[in-house]
Amino acid sequence: MLFDLPILSTLIWTPIIGGLIVLAAGEKRARLISLIVSVLTFILSIPLYTKFDTSTAAMQFPELHSWIPSFNINYQLGVDGISMPLIILTAFTTILVVLSAWEVIKKKPDQYMAAFLIMEGVMIGVFSALDAILFYVFWEAMLIPMFLIIGVWGGPNRVYATIKFFLYTFLGSVLMLVALIYLSIRADGSFSILGFHTLPLSLTEQIFIFAAFLVAFAVKVPMWPVHTWLPDAHVEAPTGGSVILAAIMLKIGGYGFLRFSLPITPDASSELDWLIILMSLVAVVYIGFVALAQEDMKKLIAYSSIAHMGFATLGFFLVFSIIDNTGSWRDAALGMEGGLVQMISHGFISAAMFLGVGVLYDRMHTRNISDYGGVANTMPVFAAFMVFFSMANAGLPGTSGFVGEFMVILDSFKANFWIAFLAATTLILGAAYTLWMVKRVLYGEVANDNVAKLKDMNAREFVIMALLASAVLFFGLYPGPLTEVMHSTVEHLLQHVSVSKI
Amino acid sequence: MQNIYLAIPMAPLLGAIVAGLFGWKIGRTASHVFAISGVAIAFLLSLVVFNHIVIDGAEPFNGTVYTWMVSNGINFQVGFLIDKLTAVMLIVVTFVSLMVHIYTIGYMHDDPGYQRFFSYIALFTFSMLMLVMSNNFLQLFFGWEAVGLVSYLLIGFWFKKPTAVYANLKAFLVNRVGDFGFLLGIAAVLTYTGSLDYAEVFKLAPGLSGQTIEIFSGYAWSVTTVICILLFIGAMGKSAQVPLHVWLPDSMEGPTPISALIHAATMVTAGIFMVARMSPLFELSETALSFVLVIGAITALFMGFLGLVQNDIKRVIAYSTLSQLGYMTVALGVSAYATGVFHLMTHAFFKALLFLGAGSVIIAMHHEQDMRKMGGLRKYMPITWITSLIGSLALIGTPGFAGFYSKDAIITAVKHSSLPGSGFAYIAVLTGVFITALYSFRMYFMVFHGKGRMDDYTREHLHECPPVVTWPLIALAIPSVVIGAIYVDQMAFGGFFGSAISVSAAHQIPEEVAHHFHSWWGLIVHSLSDFPVYLAGAGVLTAWFLYIKRPDIPGVLQNKFAFIYKILDNKYFADRFNEIVFAGGSRLIGRIFWQAGDVKLIDGLIINGSARSIGWFSSILRQIQTGYLYHYAFAMIIGLLSLLTWFVFGKGS
Repeated sequence: MLFDLPILSTLIWTPIIGGLIVLAAGEKRARLISLIVSVLTFILSIPLYTKFDTSTAAMQFPELHSWIPSFNINYQLGVDGISMPLIILTAFTTILVVLSAWEVIKKKPDQYMAAFLIMEGVMIGVFSALDAILFYVFWEAMLIPMFLIIGVWGGPNRVYATIKFFLYTFLGSVLMLVALIYLSIRADGSFSILGFHTLPLSLTEQIFIFAAFLVAFAVKVPMWPVHTWLPDAHVEAPTGGSVILAAIMLKIGGYGFLRFSLPITPDASSELDWLIILMSLVAVVYIGFVALAQEDMKKLIAYSSIAHMGFATLGFFLVFSIIDNTGSWRDAALGMEGGLVQMISHGFISAAMFLGVGVLYDRMHTRNISDYGGVANTMPVFAAFMVFFSMANAGLPGTSGFVGEFMVILDSFKANFWIAFLAATTLILGAAYTLWMVKRVLYGEVANDNVAKLKDMNAREFVIMALLASAVLFFGLYPGPLTEVMHSTVEHLLQHVSVSKI
Repeated sequence: MQNIYLAIPMAPLLGAIVAGLFGWKIGRTASHVFAISGVAIAFLLSLVVFNHIVIDGAEPFNGTVYTWMVSNGINFQVGFLIDKLTAVMLIVVTFVSLMVHIYTIGYMHDDPGYQRFFSYIALFTFSMLMLVMSNNFLQLFFGWEAVGLVSYLLIGFWFKKPTAVYANLKAFLVNRVGDFGFLLGIAAVLTYTGSLDYAEVFKLAPGLSGQTIEIFSGYAWSVTTVICILLFIGAMGKSAQVPLHVWLPDSMEGPTPISALIHAATMVTAGIFMVARMSPLFELSETALSFVLVIGAITALFMGFLGLVQNDIKRVIAYSTLSQLGYMTVALGVSAYATGVFHLMTHAFFKALLFLGAGSVIIAMHHEQDMRKMGGLRKYMPITWITSLIGSLALIGTPGFAGFYSKDAIITAVKHSSLPGSGFAYIAVLTGVFITALYSFRMYFMVFHGKGRMDDYTREHLHECPPVVTWPLIALAIPSVVIGAIYVDQMAFGGFFGSAISVSAAHQIPEEVAHHFHSWWGLIVHSLSDFPVYLAGAGVLTAWFLYIKRPDIPGVLQNKFAFIYKILDNKYFADRFNEIVFAGGSRLIGRIFWQAGDVKLIDGLIINGSARSIGWFSSILRQIQTGYLYHYAFAMIIGLLSLLTWFVFGKGS
């Protein structure tokens, strides 16, 4: 009975309705209900993988209902090899967030949990929407719970951070709305995203649309130079907020490039790919150096996120220079799939890093690196996990953090030696800022009385970390299943962008 | 056989997992039993493989274990290539590792991190085995980085020690600089051959010889040269070649067993192994070979000098390791890959022996490592004394000992090379022979002979170490003596490695030179008419004179040549330079980018600046909106008047 339900709608509405139930149930039962809802959603998301047809690039599990007929707006859903893994990642991460808040959030836990569950549904909506207005509604709706999470449960400077976060992302998305409406006018009133893909557009039109999308997505990823909201948002956000922000919300920007920018404006992308590549490389190198200078653990990981997301955007936009060099769009598949793998992997690793900082913050109420030292003496199990995740963050082979970067660097050599050269500096920079933090926080003699009093992780924290560690290790040792689901979609997309629309 | 190949790396991995995850539960003894049996199984199976591949002469095995990933039609695989080169490496790695595992029971006896240590070294063995057994670049890079990880964990094993956690970060980062080049090299291989599989790449490589790449526009470089130099940069990191050598001496902060295993016998030789494995590529580029040769020669000579002024017993051996790695690299540079691997093998045994001997001394001295506080130990520790003497004799190339054969082969190969840089390299390796003998016997005399300079308490408690420590010493001393004589005729310049190593006809050593190396006894006789042996002898005599006969002279020399001493004592200021320029520079750039770029420019000027300018603009607008009716009325009248004026005069004209 249950399995006859349309799977994507179920995945969107189960957590949203669950969130409302949590609100109604009140503080006492909030935790348990939230856990049940999030686990249920994850279980329901598994058929997305098991029943996924890897041989086609077409949208799968499609749903189509008329929504606002007078404007030709539909409730249209579907997933392909790009969005499907991101949806499962969303469902997985939400469980961890619920667990991580268990006894830590004392202030209105029901509302906190409900906000995350509702956000889960909305984010799954973003990844599965195939109607531009539906997408836009989900896209904007996502801001509200995150705004509340940072604004209500955030740190002392939360007002500045929320306003910065809101203005940045809102400004970006307004331009996107303009672009979407223009596209719909050109498409005779249709808002179908897949229809936009095949819409012929002049180069000028494409450049304007590309620029509008770029602002929206670059803010979300975030790419240099519109990244400064992220460190502030992370620093003020509660642990769960940081986890969702880093693990899922940043990916929506990357997803946007693949779903909108590249297929709708391939010629503009080809004209302006140097800009994206430049911005991505600046993210890797410049942000890598900035991360080195951070004294706040969360800021450091936030900057590290920006640098890592640079690999995703780099991988997506290598295609045009690779076609120039080798003449085959197929050669760009490695880079694009690498970018996607990087997004998934970064979801696990950044979640783990932020959760790790959360574990320390819950005990010491400080994020300053200089307040720590010698934590490995008092929290050996925690230290072992953190060294593992730090190594993953530094891209060690055998962890998922390696796979995406490896693929993108290998492919960028095909585009240009210097792109590969600059991208590969992450090997040094990523290791430097991550392991220097490890050295200052975990190693050394016990630095002060507060560190001496630290208690190692409890069972709940251990379970969270162990789940993430297994994921990081699994995809590091065997990324095959992940890339397998992407092949058809990525090939189709690359072939599509290699043909001019003019 | 395939199951045996798979079991070789898996057995130590299993030991590592059990000791690491369940060590706290099953206790010390069970942990080391698991770890040691894992490595022991790997060693026994390696013997089976050696017998199968080398002695029975079976065809090399090349097969896939599983497909890691497919993308763009390229199969990224985990797989094994088992040929004679691999077989030799398997024996070296598992044997030394097994000895070190057993030795660890004694050395780490009182350490609270006992299980963790066993878990790490077993994990290291797994990683190293994956590296040497790989049949493709992906897995090579996996093993390459994995041994780097374990090295990081083990150098920082005593994580409370500030020097240890400084050293492990430094080691990891310097290695990453090498890996940076290595990864770019792998990317170049994939770009130009479309494959990461050794066999496939080597098959296609000759076709690359005409191709060029423009890294700087206007300068066309040969693709093979670029690939080989990039790959070699990786080797320079792992095998600690100048200028990426700086991490190795500091790595001595880790416990001694790992200095022997990782930082002498196995991991640091990964670069040598890799270049030997890539011989079909390196043979295509004379430029790259020249580069390898010169870097190796610089390392062999100048790192040896530094060994002369060290007082820490482990650091002397560390600089000796650097210098010997330089010798191996020189061998690679003159296309004597087999000779390089031969020296790698003999060096693994005698250098592990020297390190474990030093460790035995350190145990007896209650963790004192300063040689100025030792002396006369031969009376208290006979087994350690004899085995260390054997190790030192092997190191300096005493005729008959293992190191003699491999080192003599390298010197001969350099002598007959016509590659650019070989003249310098020849002088470097010859001078190196004297230097090696001098620092080795300086250490030997300072530790085992002369007056005891330790305090009374230490002296009274001096005694030989327990059998778990001394047996590995004896077990390593045997190959340090005999292994060279056994394999010289095949490995020095013979065809031991078969298809695993390829040398182009132009780079082969002339047969009339090589024939000396066909008989171990003949070579000893022959060596007496050549001067390396006398150089080594002179080194030993000098050491004896300076440190036993006239121990007052070193101090005088030190004062007289204060300038040179200062340079050597500061290790050519390489550490200071890196600390200021690279580490300090990076931190400075980071702060500037952050404060000037993010905080001031983007946030200050653009974000908050636009917020401020909107605020400023509205504050002016606010002035206009006073709320007084007569202000508004006045403004309206002014406006009306201006409009009228414009209509009447402006439009009319």
